[in-house]
Amino acid sequence: MSNPNVNWVAIDTNPKFQALHRKKTFFLWGLMVFSIIYYFLLPIGAAYYQDLFKIKVWGVVNVGILFALSEFVVAWTIAFVYSRKANAEFDAMAQDIINDVNNGRMK
Amino acid sequence: MSDLLKKLTLSVAALSISGAAFAGNGAVADEFKWMTFAVFGVIIAITMAITFWAARTTHTTSEFYAAGRSVSGIQNGWAIAGDYLSAASFLGIAGLISLYGYDGFMYSVGWLVAYITVLLVIAEPCRNIGKYTMGDILAFRNDPKKTKTVAALSTITVSTFYLTAQMVGGGVLIKTLIGIDYEISVIGVGILMLAYVVFGGMKATTWVQITKAVLLVMASLILVFMVWAPYGFSLPGYLGSVVADPDVQKQVAKLLGDKAATMTPEELGQRFLEPGLFLKNPIDQISLGLALVLGTAGMPHILMRFFTVPTAQAARTSVIWAMGIIGGFYVLTLFLGTGAAMLVGPDKIASVDAGGNMAGPLLAQYLGGGEQSLMGNFMLAFVAAVAFATIVAVVAGLVLAAASAMAHDIYVGVIRGDHATPNEQVVAARVASGIVGVIAITVGIMAKGQNVAHLVALAFAVAASSNLPAVFLTLYWKKCNTTGIIMGMIIGSLTAIGLVMISPNMTYPKAVIAGANKVLNGEPAVPAKEAAPAVERSSFMCELFALDGCVLAKPAQAATPEKPAKPGAAEKLAGLNAKLQPLEASLPTIADVTAKATAEADVAKLKKDIAAVEKAKAKAEADLKKVEGQTTSMMGLEKPFFLLKNPGLISIPLGFLMVILGSLFTRDKRAEDMWDELYVRQNTGINAEAASAH
Repeated sequence: MSNPNVNWVAIDTNPKFQALHRKKTFFLWGLMVFSIIYYFLLPIGAAYYQDLFKIKVWGVVNVGILFALSEFVVAWTIAFVYSRKANAEFDAMAQDIINDVNNGRMK
Repeated sequence: MSDLLKKLTLSVAALSISGAAFAGNGAVADEFKWMTFAVFGVIIAITMAITFWAARTTHTTSEFYAAGRSVSGIQNGWAIAGDYLSAASFLGIAGLISLYGYDGFMYSVGWLVAYITVLLVIAEPCRNIGKYTMGDILAFRNDPKKTKTVAALSTITVSTFYLTAQMVGGGVLIKTLIGIDYEISVIGVGILMLAYVVFGGMKATTWVQITKAVLLVMASLILVFMVWAPYGFSLPGYLGSVVADPDVQKQVAKLLGDKAATMTPEELGQRFLEPGLFLKNPIDQISLGLALVLGTAGMPHILMRFFTVPTAQAARTSVIWAMGIIGGFYVLTLFLGTGAAMLVGPDKIASVDAGGNMAGPLLAQYLGGGEQSLMGNFMLAFVAAVAFATIVAVVAGLVLAAASAMAHDIYVGVIRGDHATPNEQVVAARVASGIVGVIAITVGIMAKGQNVAHLVALAFAVAASSNLPAVFLTLYWKKCNTTGIIMGMIIGSLTAIGLVMISPNMTYPKAVIAGANKVLNGEPAVPAKEAAPAVERSSFMCELFALDGCVLAKPAQAATPEKPAKPGAAEKLAGLNAKLQPLEASLPTIADVTAKATAEADVAKLKKDIAAVEKAKAKAEADLKKVEGQTTSMMGLEKPFFLLKNPGLISIPLGFLMVILGSLFTRDKRAEDMWDELYVRQNTGINAEAASAH
């Protein structure tokens, strides 16, 4: 795969690479912002919405416990969603660009 | 080399045996200590065999620093978990949950969420761009010598803070568990970790971490199975019996103090599952959360793990696995902590170790059949050995990260200008590991008895304020350049360190003296207070700094009745002894069997109370002695000026801001020219460092 004479500017400005860049940026920032907001809801809720966190919903299990457990589920879901998207879409788009570079179509 | 390795194995074995001779008091009873040492011996033997095997295939620089980039994604996921789950998270979080319930569990969440940042923005680009160190990533488009120097300094700073906390924590832990002298524990951990790193490099370190992670998960699963199975794995059923436990209710009553007087036992138990028993300051929690979520992605020993896999896809797989293992483990700690609270009791846990670190080990002992049983002590021995493996594995990863910064960035990159021969590079790496290891042992011994708990939080804060802004903006922002990186890293890390130096984490002699005097001399009576309305704080800055004229927010307070004076330790002891002596003297004269049993129980309880008061008195006296003649903290302050325990809220945005300003105000042609290459390569993996063939 090693190719010392790659024209990086050409790849960067190529529509295929730009498409990959756009898709990735939008997707990654979306997930990142969502996960940070969701995480900080926990300490904020525990500090300022204690009455809500204390409501018992399932035996002695209260909203606070369920919300803390949901943090784990949400983190795992984000990991799952990202890896599916990356495996199915980003990797294929990157491979397409690499093939073009190796075949000399992107110079 | 294999000869040397054999000798080393022998000397470590000798050390673990001689450890038995030094053993004093610990959680493990003397007659069962041989079992702990046997389990320790088995774990040491396994890791030594791994090192022996790894040493034979570790010859080149890529093999030493990156295990030849031949670690699979799943293996690396387990190794990341092994690298990350320190004794603080294994024993500490279970302990916090056992003493404070909900808040302890909430604390664990941030440690998992941190990996989302690692997964989304750091892991794959680092694999595609980097070689062995964080310095390599920064030097890609910035001035190599300057950025490598700053990156190496930051790496060494972060690693040393974290390493010191681990060494001191490990030494104390091993002493509490099995009573081996602190110094011997530190030296033992140091020698083992040096053997792994110097001889087996990244390959041995990786497999030691994998072994440890598997043991840790196994031990936790067994314990949780035993705790939860009696309830048919029902969550409400299990937690229902936790809140109904009298020990748990007593602990909550103790934590709440006067407020508990009007609560029913059910309310007290339920309170254990509600927030606010431990974490009081929400702004401090947000500050810590920020440091965790952004700091993990800037921890050099975590970054380094991504250079060990063959491709960016494998780096992705490894974070997914790590998140599964780490998150699963923290969910298990909810059961370990609450289980220990219910079955062992918070009182007993805190009496062995005030921070609750012994909750997990004591739970294991209880589940095996208790203090006197063979099985109970075997399980305690097993958990103690896992804790030991945990410390060694985390320390090995940190030493490797610091050594790579020293040898690869500073010596090879800056001093030799990247012209060192492959052989020289490997020698430099091994020598640097030796130096860092010896420093770790020395610092560990020197810091005996020091308050080092804040060093973990500080390590994450520096990583989040210095390393993460630099790496993140280099990878994703076209205008980022050398000046920005240097300004951001230096100002970010100095701010984080500076704020901690003036924070409540430091020792303030006046507060220590006041606390000790309270114990020794008692407290005067407090007159009755009238109800007071809520007070609003004067400004947000007052939450952060102790500025002149600040008024802190206070909730409305109900009227409180007069409180009587509390006696000092000497007075309390005299009172207790006055009660004990006639009771003890009357024992032989009591004929009635039941009356005698009651009297004996009373004597035992009095003796226990006397021991507790004497312990508190001794501690207060030792505290007074420690701060004798001092009136101010290390920084010359009488009380903290910065009011948060974690500096992240200020230092992290400042670190980002400085990288941005430094980059905007200067021009750096190389950083601009290299942008296209960096951006294409981090997204496609073209020209990434390949795995070495074996």
